[in-house]
Amino acid sequence: MMKNKVLLSLVAVSMLALGACASKGDKTASTPPPSNDSSAYNSTAGQGTQLGDEDARAAAERALTNNIVYFDYDSSAVKPEYSSIVDAYAKYLVANPVAKVRIEGHTDERGSREYNVALGERRANSVKDALLTDGVSAAQISVISYGEERPAAEGHDEAAWSQNRRAQIIRQ
Amino acid sequence: MTMLKRILIVLAALCGMASVPAQAQLEITVSGGDVGALPIAIVPFAQTSAMSTDIAQVIENDLVRSGRFRALPRDQMKQRPSEMAAFDPTPWRAQNIDNVVIGKVWDDGKGGFVARFFLVDSLSGKQIIAYDYPIRDLSQSRYAAHWIADKIYEQLLGVPGYFNTKIAYVVGKGLGFQRTYQLVITDSDGENPQYPINSRETIMSPAWSPDRKQIALVAYEHGRSAIYLYSTETGKVTKLISEKGINGSPAWSPDGSKLAFVLSFETNPDIYVMDMATRKRTRLTDHYGIDTEPAWSPDGSKIVFTSDRGGKPQVYEMSSSGGEPRRLTFQGSQNQRPSYSPDGKSIVFVNTDGGQRIAMQDLATGQMRILSDGPLDEGPAFAPGGAVIIYSSQGPKGRQLATVSVDGRVRLTMRQAGGDVQEPAWSPLLR
Repeated sequence: MMKNKVLLSLVAVSMLALGACASKGDKTASTPPPSNDSSAYNSTAGQGTQLGDEDARAAAERALTNNIVYFDYDSSAVKPEYSSIVDAYAKYLVANPVAKVRIEGHTDERGSREYNVALGERRANSVKDALLTDGVSAAQISVISYGEERPAAEGHDEAAWSQNRRAQIIRQ
Repeated sequence: MTMLKRILIVLAALCGMASVPAQAQLEITVSGGDVGALPIAIVPFAQTSAMSTDIAQVIENDLVRSGRFRALPRDQMKQRPSEMAAFDPTPWRAQNIDNVVIGKVWDDGKGGFVARFFLVDSLSGKQIIAYDYPIRDLSQSRYAAHWIADKIYEQLLGVPGYFNTKIAYVVGKGLGFQRTYQLVITDSDGENPQYPINSRETIMSPAWSPDRKQIALVAYEHGRSAIYLYSTETGKVTKLISEKGINGSPAWSPDGSKLAFVLSFETNPDIYVMDMATRKRTRLTDHYGIDTEPAWSPDGSKIVFTSDRGGKPQVYEMSSSGGEPRRLTFQGSQNQRPSYSPDGKSIVFVNTDGGQRIAMQDLATGQMRILSDGPLDEGPAFAPGGAVIIYSSQGPKGRQLATVSVDGRVRLTMRQAGGDVQEPAWSPLLR
């Protein structure tokens, strides 16, 4: 009897507190999936722009397609080959002062979980610092680390790990 | 009771998680064995037919899984007494079985049952201990068996048994942002799983309070992390700490009056302590390196933690009031996620040296021993009593729980179909 009572409240709590039920619909909106696809953001385009502007805008959009910076093992240094990604986002954010991005830091599965949360945050902050250096306002950037909890690739080898050591820039 | 059960099923169905419990039992496999294991015989109890739990079998499984006992198979038992009057020591002596457990369960006529057991020394033919254990209803049968196993373990080995305990762990399923998380709590033998928290976002780092009434854990919600307290008594979940950035690694002080944890909002990840009565917060570390994964010494005077202040992550120890940390680990490229043994003489942690293995280090001598094979072992912690270490390893079909005896000889894996089983936390003993 006692145990059933406890169980009952547990289920009730899981419905209310951490969104086991709510997760079905509205919840996904708050955490957009990692994606290189810029089409999701086309709805923000202005109406009735001139053709030339449209081309320029499309080119700018294309420049934002690549939004993932990959890292070396246990490193948070942004490698030179990813500076074009940082530069494109810096340009976009400086040109659109109301625009905001969230930078999500991730690690591979090696190492302990909470250390990896810290390492993921350090990676996201490296990208943030690069944006700040390029003149972006800190108010436009938020940072979150998932550590190793949200792998992009399965597998337990370098091929998967290299895909998972990343920071993703997500437009808000 | 049936009414409540029916409501439960309806609620579970509403949540779309009705199918979860059935498939999610832990499957336990034991390997290795202690050459010094004590021979014992657990004779099937004379039980009332109303009780489907085989009490003797549950006791036997507990003792054998500990690696410290070797049980005589039932088909080799020459007699099956359930009373002292019927006990003849001769056949047991002939089979070199020093210790024999006999017992019975009867209906107390008031809706409950009584389990009576005798631990008998076959050399003297005399009982060593005997108890009557009241069983309120049939759902409590397994707990009676675990309680008896604890008594036998303590009597014969001189340290408390740890079978009447719980294990909390996290199950993750799926990739990327499709991944779902579950907090699971089972009995120490993987039975009776409960699923108090389900989320589409990350759940991490469950930590039992010393009185077992709360589990502190990290959960993400709307892309932000926070430290929550889950009450095992009321089922309530309350948000305790949610600063900007990292809210991680909750760890209870041994007396339960304080919680250590990690925040990054002031500069970068550092260790803080909160007085749970006043909710007053103190910062213990202030370093530009990562400081994380704190754990308290059993006497509460020290905290061991992971820091990369020296370059790579290593294990450091400091006073639980702060102060200059001292580096403890020097072998391998990285050492992480430390915690103390119940006697405070050793620590366990994750050692990286090519592979990632569980290591144990004697604090007096500094000597380190590798206890597991890797290649991706993590999250070690001592089981209550200190004879066994639980951790998470990469199995062929996802992460699984594993235990290893402190001498490295006895291993056990606990697998759950269709998910990664990670971050085990063994509940303390009830004092």
